[in-house]
Order: sequence, then C-alpha cells, then structure tokens
Amino acid sequence: MQLAAAANESLAHLSNNLIYASMAVYTLAFFAHIAEWIFGSRSKVARTAAALTSSGASSAAAKAAAPAVQVRGKAAAAVLDKPQVVTRSAAGTRDVPDGPGAAGGTVQGDLYGRIAVSLTALGFLLAAGGVVARAMSVERAPWGNMYEFSITFSTVAVGTYLLLLALKKNVRWLGLFLVTTVLLDLGIATTVLYTDSDQLVPALKSYWLLIHVSTAIICGAVFYIGAAGAVMYLFRDSYEAKLVRGGKPGKFATSVMERFPSAASLDKFSYRINAAVFPLWTFTIIAGAIWAGDAWGRYWGWDPKEVWSFVTWVAYACYLHARATAGWKGRKAAYLALFAFACWIWNYYGVNILLSGKHSYAGV
Amino acid sequence: MSTTDKASTEAPHDPAAAAAAEATAEAAAGAQLSTAPLEDAPGGPVGIGVLAWARWFWAQLTSMRVALILLFMLSLASIPGSLVPQNQVDLMKVAAWKKEHASWVGVAEKLQLFDVYSSVWFSAIYLLLFISLIGCILPRSWRFVGQLTGRPPVAPRRLDRMPAYTTWRTDSSPDEVLSTARGLLGRRRFRTEAGAGSGSGSVSAEKGYLREAGNLVFHVALIVMLIAFAWGQYFKSEGGKLVLRGKGFSNTLTQYDDFKAGGLFDSDDLPPFSFTLDKFDASFERTGPQKGTPRDFKAYVTFSNGAHGTPEKREIQVNKPLEVDGSKVYLLGHGYAPVISVTDSTGKVVYKDAVPMLPQDGNLTSTGAIKVTDGYKNKDGKTTQLGFAAMFVPTFAGAGAGTMFSQFPELDNPALALNAWHGSLGVDSGLPQNVYQLDTSKMEQYKDTDGKPLAKRMVPGESMELPGGQGTVKFEGIERWATFSVTHQPGSGLALAGAVAAIAGLAGSLFIQRRRIWVRAVRGEDGVTVVEMAGLGRSESARLPEELAALAGALHEQAPSAAPAPPAPPAADTEPESEPAEPAEEVEGERA
Ligand code: HEM
Repeated sequence: MQLAAAANESLAHLSNNLIYASMAVYTLAFFAHIAEWIFGSRSKVARTAAALTSSGASSAAAKAAAPAVQVRGKAAAAVLDKPQVVTRSAAGTRDVPDGPGAAGGTVQGDLYGRIAVSLTALGFLLAAGGVVARAMSVERAPWGNMYEFSITFSTVAVGTYLLLLALKKNVRWLGLFLVTTVLLDLGIATTVLYTDSDQLVPALKSYWLLIHVSTAIICGAVFYIGAAGAVMYLFRDSYEAKLVRGGKPGKFATSVMERFPSAASLDKFSYRINAAVFPLWTFTIIAGAIWAGDAWGRYWGWDPKEVWSFVTWVAYACYLHARATAGWKGRKAAYLALFAFACWIWNYYGVNILLSGKHSYAGV
Repeated sequence: MSTTDKASTEAPHDPAAAAAAEATAEAAAGAQLSTAPLEDAPGGPVGIGVLAWARWFWAQLTSMRVALILLFMLSLASIPGSLVPQNQVDLMKVAAWKKEHASWVGVAEKLQLFDVYSSVWFSAIYLLLFISLIGCILPRSWRFVGQLTGRPPVAPRRLDRMPAYTTWRTDSSPDEVLSTARGLLGRRRFRTEAGAGSGSGSVSAEKGYLREAGNLVFHVALIVMLIAFAWGQYFKSEGGKLVLRGKGFSNTLTQYDDFKAGGLFDSDDLPPFSFTLDKFDASFERTGPQKGTPRDFKAYVTFSNGAHGTPEKREIQVNKPLEVDGSKVYLLGHGYAPVISVTDSTGKVVYKDAVPMLPQDGNLTSTGAIKVTDGYKNKDGKTTQLGFAAMFVPTFAGAGAGTMFSQFPELDNPALALNAWHGSLGVDSGLPQNVYQLDTSKMEQYKDTDGKPLAKRMVPGESMELPGGQGTVKFEGIERWATFSVTHQPGSGLALAGAVAAIAGLAGSLFIQRRRIWVRAVRGEDGVTVVEMAGLGRSESARLPEELAALAGALHEQAPSAAPAPPAPPAADTEPESEPAEPAEEVEGERA
C-alpha cells in the first residue's frame, strides 16, 4: 500500500516535470514561429491586392468564360495525362488566392516554420506524456479537476492541429496563435488551478465520466480551433473588403494579412471544423444527461453547467442555421460561432469558478 | 424543368435572352438539391384579409431567418436561469438570494426569474420554435418525397459554369462514352438519368439523398425529445426519505418526507416495494489537501419487491441506483443521528430515539432539534414539552480548541452540545414545522445555578441534568442515516431514442454530401468526341472536385484521350495549373 502510494507520488512528479518540459519546448516553438513571421515579412508578394484590383470583379467571369484547361498533353509525348478538374467559385465570393503562409515563401522563414512545427510536435509528446503519467498516478482518467482538464485540453488542441497538418491541410498559419494560447493555458493550469493528484469524489466515479468528460474536452479543443479560424476569417475579411473598397491597409497589416489564407478559405475551414464536432457535442450532452440520471436521479435539472452546455449547443445550432440562411452567411455567422465558443469557455472557467452547482469538482 | 429542356435544345440567338436562359438553366441544375424553405419570405401580407395576414405570419414563422432568430433567443433566454437560483433546483438558495437582493425580489418575481424554465416568456420562445419546426418539417418532408421519386435534372447547357468541371477529347463514340459513364456512376450508387433520349448526349446523376433524410430525422427527433420531456413532466414523481440504520421504508405516499409529482401522476402508480437499511459505509480521504473529501458511499439494504416479495440483499451506491419497475432508488446523502434518552424527575424514561441531525458542512458538523412532545411531567406533576437545540460533531477538535466545528466526517471523537428549553413546542398549531429546528417563541430556556442558559457538551454515555432535579438527558450513542430519493421518470426511454436518432440524423446531415454529376459527350466537327463532366454539390466540400477527378479518371480509362490534341486554347488564368491543392469552392450561391 505504502509502496504503491510512493510510486504514485513519483509518477505525479514525473507528470509535473513533463508538463514543465513541454512548456519550455512550446516556448522555443513560439520563438521559432516569431522568426518565421519575421523572415517571411521580407517577401513582397501582394497577391491579394493584385487579384482584387488588377483583374478586379471581372476575374471570376474571365475565368469562367475561358474554356477550361483541356488535356495537358506532354508536348510531343504519346502518353496523355488524366483530365484535370477545374474549380470555380460561386458567384458573390471574392476570387482571391490563399496567402503563402507565415514564411511568405522565403527559404529561411520556411526553415524556422518547420523548426517550430517540429518543436510543437515535441512539446505535444511531452505534454501527452504528462497527461498519461498523471492518469497513471491517480489510476483513473485524468479529468477529475480543472488542472487535469486544462492540461488535457491544450494537449488535445495541439494534437488536433498536428493531425490536420499530417493530413496535409493548410493550417500552419494557426501555429503562432495556437502555441501562444496553449502556453497561456498551461501557465494558468500550473499556477492557479494546480491540484495535487488525488482520487475522485463518489459522484464522479462512473464510466460515463470517461465518456462524457473526454468527449467534452475533445469538443472544446476542436471548437477552439474552429473559433481561431473564425477570428482569422474576420480579420482577413475586413482586410480584403478594404482592398475591394480601394482602401490601403497599413504596411504591417498588409504584411501579416497577405500571408494568411483567403477569407473564403478561412471561413470554410472554420465551418468544417465546427460542423464536424457538433454531433460529438450533441453526444457529449446526452452522455452527461445519462450520467446525471444515474448519479442524481434526474436527467436534466437546469444546473448551471447544464444550462451553459445547452446554451452552447443552441448557439452552435444557430451558427449552422446561419450558414444556410442568406443574409447571415459570412461575418454574422462568424460572430455567432465566436459567441458559441465564448459560451463554451464560460461554461468551463466561469461556471466552475463563479457559479456553484452540482458540477463542482474536487478542489475546483 | 421544361424551361431547361428548351434552353438546352433550342439555343436562343439574342444574347440577353441567352444569358437569362443560362441563368435559369443553372438554377434548374441546382434546384431541389435541398428541401430548405425559400429564403425570401414574402415582404408583407398580400391583401388585407385575416387569412392573408395568417398566411403571411405562417410564412414568416416557418422561414429559416425566423427559426434562426428564435434559436438565438432560446440560447439567450436560458442564461438568466444559471445566474439567478431556481425554485425548481434549490429552494434554499432562492430564499438566500431573496434575502440578499431584497429590493430586486418584486421585479424578479414579476419576470418569473426564479422559474425561468417554466416562465411564460421562455415557454413562448420554445413553443414558437417548435411550431416553426413542425411547420418547416412537414413541407420539407413532402418535398423530399417528391425528390425521391423525381429524377436528377438535365445537364445545364454550360457545364463549365459548374463549380467543378473537366473535359477531354476521345475517339470513342458519344453513345459509348455515355453508356460507360452511366454504368460507372450507377456502380457508385448514383441515381442516373439519360438526358432526353439518345443522341442528345448527356447523363445526369445524383447521390447523397441520405443527407436530407438525416436532416429531417434530426429535426423530427427534436420533436420526439420535446414530447418525451413533456410526458415526463406530467407523469413523473419524485420522493425523498430519510432512513435510519436498522429502519425500513415501504413505497407508499404517506411514508415520504417530501414528495413531488407531475400533474397527471396517480399515487396508485407507485410500485409496491420496501427495504430496510442494514448498514451504511462511507469512507473519506484521511490525508492530503483534500482531507475529508468523500471517497465512497454504500448503503446495504434488504429489499423486497411487491407487497410480499422475498427479501434479498442489495447495495445502493451514488452512481448505482436500485431499479424497480421503472422506478429508481437513489442514494442521496447521509449523516448522523445521536441516540438520546430523556428521563423525568421520577426516573421514568419518557423519550428514547435516534434523532437525525442535518449536516452543515463537509466534515458533517450537524445541527438538529430533539422534541419531547408528550409523556413528560415536571416535578409538580404538570405536563409540559421539552425541546433541545443540538449541535453534533463527529470529530471534535478538543476542549479549548475554540471551535465546535467538526474536523473530520468520521466518528473519531464525537461530541454533542445541547441547550434545553421547556414550554410549548408549537407542534400542535397545525403549521408544518422544520424537524431540525426548535421554535422557541413559546418556550423558556433552562438556566443553570449562575442564572446562565443551561448548556452542555457531552461524549457518548454522558448525560446532562436538568436544573432542580427535573430530569436527565442522556447521550446514549450514535446511529447513521441515509437519504434516498425514489424517482419515477416515464418517457426517458423515448427521450433516449430521440437523442440517438438525433445524433444519427445529424451525422448523416453533416457528413453526407448531396451532389450531382453530369456527363456530356458530343461529336465535334472534326469527328472527335468531346467529353465534358461537371459536378455540383449541395454544400461546401473539397471532396466534390476529388470525386469528379476520380470519376473522370475512370471514364478516361475507358475513353482515352484522342492522340492529336488540338492546340490548347489560351488559358485566361494559369493559376489552376500551379495550385491544384485547394480546389474546394463555395457553391451555396447556386442554390434556391
Ligand atoms: C429546435 C430547434 C432547431 C434546432 C436545434 C436545429 C438544428 C439544426 C442543425 C444543427 C442543423 C445543421 C444540420 C445541417 O447543416 O445539415 C440544422 C439544419 C437545418 N435546419 Fe434546423 N434546427 C432547429 C429548428 C429548425 C426550424 C424551425 C427550421 C425551419 C425553419 C429548420 C430548418 C433547417 C434546415 C432547412 C436545415 C438544413 C440547412 C442546410 O440545408 O444546410 N430548423 N438544424
């Protein structure tokens, strides 16, 4: 018994050290990303402005009117390639290419960007190790209090980002933002929210905890990435709108905004992420209701945590509706997505700390 | 659809008419790709009759925009219920809030802020939303059935205007290409349709009807869930009972300490069962920063089902209720009950009972009242009532520690402090009384020899003498109690079924793509066949161009490019060549 306790203690220490190590590595990744952005600023491509001003509104039409690329025959060779698919924007969207990314196409910027991603991956492995060691030290899923919740949350967010990168999605633009906020999250977790590893209060002992809380964390982390996409969309969209109106954004704004994907791409990115996790969020709430039914004898009792989960759910449903309603697409829908995510965050920090309910965890 | 046919067969000569016809053809190509209601709800009522207004109102209510606004209002309207305590959740907290914000109580009550989720305004929002939902689902289902029996629309004239497009020239004949294409699409479970007889040269195909079905299932499931909740509200029952160790409970209305039921509940619906609490185990964290946090609660009961069932041993834990015929018995709380005996001046025991105390904190510092209502006569032989205000701590800090608060929830060093009153307990006044509190308005406190109020702190076995030989109060020992809640929640099975259907429908709705593919093959003037393929999706997806590419690749294998390619026409845009990575494009504009 005593031996086991000692082993658990050392595992808990190991977990803490791994989390600190991951923070150190994320910090290095942060600086590497900064270097990427700085070197990238040397590139002087102003593709957006060119696309929007030179060919202007006619670009979509021109592209459409031109017969599409036919067979790409290799000069004289008899071997013929497969037919190429040409895509075309819908009417009403700006026809703007995606930016080249933080590195701006510069070799040095790209090198630092790659270093940053590698460091992020290393930080992720360390943090994931920290989460696992924590789980082993308490001999249960590591989601019994807000500290454990926070370290898992940021680890899943980074994991999602790395997974999207591995799937060759265009998400490297997210790097600096993500690493910065993950550092913030871990900083708060290790200082303000830290709780020694311990067992659970009886109400938290259920396999529904495993299901409900793990999916809640995954949803939150992925919604977070969706929200980051929505924020970037709003910035980039006003930048493009300004260019269309003939305005001249500042040098710094131009340098940064140029390198992001187009507003249309960011908007779509945010939508796909949010839409993809919405069913999982629905499931999370239902799993929570089943657990509440087992633990407290009622499936739904309008406890503050339940209220805010419901508000978040309805807000995301609202966002999905907005995407399908003329006059609400675009910026208004993005604001709704951010409102929905704000509800999620409030449910996590605000409700746990400020509103008391049945969902109070052991030691916050 | 007839306009489409015309547009594609007789090419108009007037350019303006051509453009208009083209626009119609494009709209037709995307038509019925969804069952969403029309977005431009009529601007105002047509005519002035009541019927016109009603029709206008209905059109507004069932439009997407109003559904969106109602949804948003629902999310905002739920918020106050998390900030102001709710009657439905915790009456004590409501009372505390009212005390703290006395000046707001009037306004809050008018606004039904203590009953947000049954308030008029909250109900109005969700009822409107659900009426809108029904009004939306019915026509959508109708339209969907129409689409299921319909055929994919004929290929628009300008396929290169579709969001994804490809073309090549081949030596195969148009009919060969088209029949191969149709077979290819059919094998991939597209619904296909040859365009207006052979020779006209096109195939239309559509897939992903399940998306719409999923969406409809999801919205219907929401209604099912609402009905299940309403059903549950009307028929549910929930009762609480405190049971002392060694004592029993049988499930009849009179046995409950408190009981709540929906409007249509019938007490005959209570399933007959009974149980005795044999033992209660609780363990707590002994060390560390979370000392005193509960770890495990377990109630051991002897349970018999039915009026004369055979008794069997069962355990009830916090997350593991006992299930009986649709009712569930939950373990809710626990505490201590000091056993007290009272003797009068003659030495006769007039009272002996275990008195449950109400826990006040995590370490089970508990308070309560001992009420001797009858049987006691004072020295003069006069019948009077006795009352004792009690404070019990399972782990006393020790004399001189300056606190009467418990240090730990287990019985490490139990102590009971009493002060004593005599007079009328007021229990006969007919008003319900709190069993844990003494109403001292008609009582007088015993004084000790110094004239100070009589009070004593005791350990088990000790007793307190009432002044003037009026009797003795003895702290005999300690019992445990546990509280149980027996709930009957009909409709939860239906709600669960609705929830599962909602998730399945949602997944279908969000992950399945509804899309159309057209193939056209026409013999050009030089005798070589020109193949064109185009795709149109209902939603934004990168997969549509990929799918079109795969289909084109497969068809291309059967109908390979004709060797001498003509000089490529000047490309207006060189981008597509250099940037094929992100082909997904917005196509929502094509709809409606
Ligand atoms: C009870 C409230 C409602 C909730 C929670 C809700 C939820 C949702 C969700 C999550 C979606 C996304 C699925 C998708 O994009 O395919 C959706 C789609 C849709 N909803 Fe609702 N809905 C509600 C009420 C309504 C009402 C009242 C209407 C009719 C006016 C409606 C019409 C639609 C339509 C047409 C779509 C498909 C949108 C599209 O095609 O992209 N919904 N709904």
